[in-house]
Amino acid sequence: MTDASILVAALRDPQSLPLETDWTALIAMARAEQLLGTLAYRLDGLPVPEIVARLFDDARSSAEQGRRIALWEAEMARRTLTPLGCPVVLLKGTAYVAAGLSAGRGRSIGDLDILVPRASLDAVEAALLAAGWEWVKPDPYDDVYYRRWMHELPPLIHRERDRMIDVHHTILPPTARSSPDAAALIADAVPLGNGLSMLSPTDMIVHAATHLLADGDLSGGLRNLWDIHCLIDEFGTAGLDARARHHGLSPAVLRGGRQAHALFGTEIPASWRGWDPLDPWFQRRLLARDGWGRATRPATRFGFYVRSHWLRMPPAMLARHLWTKWRRS
Amino acid sequence: MKHALSVRIGPVGFRIGSDWRAPIEQLTDLYRDYPTAPIADYTVRLFASRAWRRWVRPSVTIGGDYMLPEAAPLPLSQGLLAAEMAMNLQLALGHRRHLLLHASVVERDGRALLMTGESGAGKSTLATLLAAHGWRFMGDEFALLDGETGQIHAFPRLISLKGTSVAAATSAWPDGRFGPLLAGTPKGDIRHLVPPVDAIARMDEPAIPALLLFPRHGFAADTREVPASEAFVRLTQASTNYVALGEAGFAALTGLVRAIPARAIDYPDGATAIRQVEELWART
Repeated sequence: MTDASILVAALRDPQSLPLETDWTALIAMARAEQLLGTLAYRLDGLPVPEIVARLFDDARSSAEQGRRIALWEAEMARRTLTPLGCPVVLLKGTAYVAAGLSAGRGRSIGDLDILVPRASLDAVEAALLAAGWEWVKPDPYDDVYYRRWMHELPPLIHRERDRMIDVHHTILPPTARSSPDAAALIADAVPLGNGLSMLSPTDMIVHAATHLLADGDLSGGLRNLWDIHCLIDEFGTAGLDARARHHGLSPAVLRGGRQAHALFGTEIPASWRGWDPLDPWFQRRLLARDGWGRATRPATRFGFYVRSHWLRMPPAMLARHLWTKWRRS
Repeated sequence: MKHALSVRIGPVGFRIGSDWRAPIEQLTDLYRDYPTAPIADYTVRLFASRAWRRWVRPSVTIGGDYMLPEAAPLPLSQGLLAAEMAMNLQLALGHRRHLLLHASVVERDGRALLMTGESGAGKSTLATLLAAHGWRFMGDEFALLDGETGQIHAFPRLISLKGTSVAAATSAWPDGRFGPLLAGTPKGDIRHLVPPVDAIARMDEPAIPALLLFPRHGFAADTREVPASEAFVRLTQASTNYVALGEAGFAALTGLVRAIPARAIDYPDGATAIRQVEELWART
C-alpha cells in the first residue's frame, strides 16, 4: 500500500528524488495535501521532466497570485480594523507571507486568520459587518455555539471579494483541556510596521503545533507539519518548550517537533526525541494518502475524527452537541 | 485504481482511474487515436461513494485533483459522461497555464476562429459543421489562450452533442465515430463524437486568433459588430480561470479583444450560419 512517503521525501530532500519517480502520483498527492506550490518551490532549479517543470511553473505563479490576494485581504482588514485602536495579529499562512518566512514559500492560503483581544471582539465584529463582511452560516444554533464555545467568531465572508475571515480571540476552544495565555500571545506579538502584527516566533510555532495536534482531526496535516518544520528551521527551538509549558501546550509542541523530526528531519533537541506509544499512529494518519491522491486508512482517520471532538469538549457537552447536530441533520 | 487510462488532449495530459471497467473501455476505444500522457497534468477518479455501490445500483462519483463538493453522482451507464465532466472540471478549476475560454475553435491557414456563447447557442454544432467544410476542428469546449504568445492551443476532446445537434452532426459526418447514446442525463440526451482525424493528428499546432464570434441560434440572419469592451466583459464571464489568473488573465484577455474583431451573429440554421461565417472570415 503506498502512502505519502514519496511526497515527504521530496520535500525533505529534493535531491533524493530518482529520475524514474512516479511524477503523476507525486503531483496528485501534493495537490491533495495542498502542497503543490511548496513542492514546486522546493524543486525549483532541479532537473525534472519538461512536463513537470511546466506544471511547477504554473504552481509557482499560482502560489504567487495566492500570496498577493492574501496580502491584499490583510490590507483590507487593516484598513477596517486599525481605526479601532486594538491590536490585530495575523495568523498562519498570511502571517508567514507577510513576514517573508520560508513557511510561506508556495504555501496555499485559504482564509484570513486574525487574533484580536477578546474585549475588542464586539467592536471588531461590528466594524467588519459595516465594511461588507457577512455571516457564512446564519444558523442560530451554530451562532450561539461559536460564540459560547469556540475560540473564534463564526466565519465571515466578504460580499464582494468572496474571501473568508476567521476572527480568533485565542488559539484553542475554551472547552479544550488547555487554556493558552491569549493576553501573552497579543502582548508579545511582533509589529509588522503597518499597524498589523504577527505572533512572536515561539508563539507561532506553539500555534502551528496546537492547530495540528491539539485541535482538529489532522486533515491537511502534512501542510501544517511542513509549517512547523519551516518555523523551527528558521527560528530554532530556544525557549520553545518553556513558552509551550506556559500555554499548557507542551505535549502538542513536543509531538509536533517529534513528527517533524521523523518526517522532515527537523532539528530538535535530543531530549525531545523519544517517541510515545501514540506517535506511530500520528505518523500513520499524516501519511494516509495514496498515489491517486485518495484519502486512505479510513479507520485511523475516523479515530482521529473522534479524537478531535473528544479534545474539543467534555463528554457530556459532546453528547449534547452531537445529539443536537444529529437531530437537525 | 483498478482500471486506468492515460490520454493527452492538446497540451493537457490526463490520468483517468475507475472502479469499473466499462467507462475505461469506452474511453480507450473513443480516444484510441490520441497519444498517451507519460506524466499526467491532472488525475481524474471515477469511484463508488460506498464500497457496496460498486455493485448495487452502481453510481459514479466524480473526483480527481479538483472536485466540486456538490457534484451529483451519475449512474454507471453514464460513466463516459462522468469522465468527460471530470476532465473538464480539472481544467476549469485547476488550469493556470492558459486563460480558459468557454468557446469552440476552428482553424484555417494557421488562424483561429473562436465562437463563444451560452450553452445552446450552437457553438459545438457550428464547429462541427465548419469542420466538415474544410476547417480544422480545435475544440468545442475550451479555447486555451497562451498569454505570452497570444496563441490559441487546441483542446480537441470528444465532441459532446446534445439533443437535436446529434442529427445535425450525423448528417455532416456520416462516417463519424460516435459513442453510445446516453439517454436521460442531467444535460439531456448526449452522444459523443470523435473529432476528425486531422484534428487529432494536428492538435499540437497552435493558431493565431483572427476572429471572435458570439453566435445565437434560432433567429433571422443578422450580424452586429461587438466593441472590444463588450467582448471583454462577455469573455470574462465565459472564462473559468480569469479571476484566478489575476493580472496575467487581464493582460491576456485585453490583448485578445484588442487584437481581433468580434461579431455577434444570429442564424436560423446551419447552412446560413456557414455562409455568414465565410463572409465575415473573407473580410478579416
